Amino acid sequence: MAGPSRSVRSPSTRARDEAFAIDTATAEAHRAIEAIWRIESARLIAGLTRTVGDIGTAEELAQDALVAALEQWPTSGVPERPGAWLMGTAKHRATDLTRRRKTLERKYEELGRDTERDQQVEDLDASIDEDVGDDLLGLIFMACHPVLSKDARVALTLRVLGGLTTEEIARGFLVPVSSIAQRIVRAKRTLDEAHVRFEVPRGAERVARLGSVLEVIYLIFNEGYSATAGTDWVRPALCEEALRLGRILAELVPTEPEVHGLVALMEIHASRLGARVGPSGEPILLLDQDRALWDHLLIRRGLAALERAERLGGAMGPYALQAAIAACHARAATAAETDWPRIVALYDAVAQLAPSPVVELNRAVAVGMAFGPAAGLDLVDALVAEPSLRAYHLLPAVRGDLLRKLGRSAEARSEFERAASLTENVVERKLLERRAAECAAEGMAG
Amino acid sequence: MRVLVLAKEGAQTDAAAPPRPEAMAEYQKFNEELVKAGVVLGAGRLSPSSQGKRVRFEGKKRTVIDGPWAETKELVAGYWLWQVRSLDEALEWLKRAPYDGGTFEVREISQHEGA
Repeated sequence: MAGPSRSVRSPSTRARDEAFAIDTATAEAHRAIEAIWRIESARLIAGLTRTVGDIGTAEELAQDALVAALEQWPTSGVPERPGAWLMGTAKHRATDLTRRRKTLERKYEELGRDTERDQQVEDLDASIDEDVGDDLLGLIFMACHPVLSKDARVALTLRVLGGLTTEEIARGFLVPVSSIAQRIVRAKRTLDEAHVRFEVPRGAERVARLGSVLEVIYLIFNEGYSATAGTDWVRPALCEEALRLGRILAELVPTEPEVHGLVALMEIHASRLGARVGPSGEPILLLDQDRALWDHLLIRRGLAALERAERLGGAMGPYALQAAIAACHARAATAAETDWPRIVALYDAVAQLAPSPVVELNRAVAVGMAFGPAAGLDLVDALVAEPSLRAYHLLPAVRGDLLRKLGRSAEARSEFERAASLTENVVERKLLERRAAECAAEGMAG
Repeated sequence: MRVLVLAKEGAQTDAAAPPRPEAMAEYQKFNEELVKAGVVLGAGRLSPSSQGKRVRFEGKKRTVIDGPWAETKELVAGYWLWQVRSLDEALEWLKRAPYDGGTFEVREISQHEGA
């Protein structure tokens, strides 16, 4: 607020200004602490989880350290190694906690109860400074444990590995804060009750557990990616979060081809984020996108990740295959240059690996592009009786497209109308209704 | 968000002494940490300004100017392209860099389509 005269300042004004200066410094410190928390929290919680055995306690200890930082740093200044400070503080509290627990357990022992925890709490100092990478990995595997529901895994992962607040996660998924809070509490309890151990699984178990981790990351990505609605600014943040987690995981387990496959898939899909929504928020389909708007840095990164997956012998992994399909589009300078026969071949491979009507539908689209709409329509017609696709709006949408290309406007129109009635997405419905209207006009002209 | 970090390390001579091995090792360790945190999208070091060219635009006229240039403090010696969640996060990372001189500039890239 600008006063009429700055030269005459009453003592009270000065005091207020000084108070304001302190507030500014505090606000600045808080912003720095928030940023440091984002950088350090996952490592912090990971190291503590290994020590105390459960995510819930580890998170509480980490939060205690955060509160201590918020109290002390605004006056003492941010320490030179803030991560080490936070860990040291949390470690102290952990020691206190263990001492209390030991006392409690001794009392339990007297009552004849078992004392499993004793072994875990030895050598706190030594254990906490071990390999950070393994700790992070252990935390990822724990948060993504198959004993948890998909929703629980996603919420817990974003919370403990992404460092996101419950509010941020709720905003990202468009659900009430209380639901996310509940999911996280229940997830921690489930892990506890199932006696899930903090560990980095090896061998065949690792491959299986890794699948669960990749699924969680891809779910987070898709939640952000499928939200094309204009006013949503939070949700692209989910894509970025998923990409970050994927990139971190790729560094933690560099020899796992499917991790690179997933990263490739996400990088290439993310490269289209700026091109897939029109000025008024309408979705722009892949083949209609302005390819100059694609993010070529992400495309390059995606292609490099795909190459890495293939070099590791993972070309036939489900994520690598999907990435390879995305790469066919990314490599084509114009939609007309797309290598459709190769995409058909890749969908053949996907269909062999994990056959599903949706994959068949995608394959039919590719066949229609590679070998003409009649060939595509034959395949789609074979899917019409498929019960799982009965309410799937993309089936009539694809069928409508192929019929329209064959000049069968009236049939195409009714397919688009049917597709429009099946979709729950308002923007998509408008697009389909417009197609139906275009078919009606074509029908008149023909 | 995506940010560009510009390293303005000060005077750069053609015969710049190669960095000490310990300094290089420290830098590599820091860079590795950034990569492991999923922060680095790209990075590069620039050759000295004596090997650089500038093109000045005046209406339809284009003039090519050879390096080196005088404003040594503003000369960019290297860059990083980072993916971070806030400018504050970028600052926190940057403060950890093992440099003992120079100025480093952090700028948000407001649009990065079609880069």
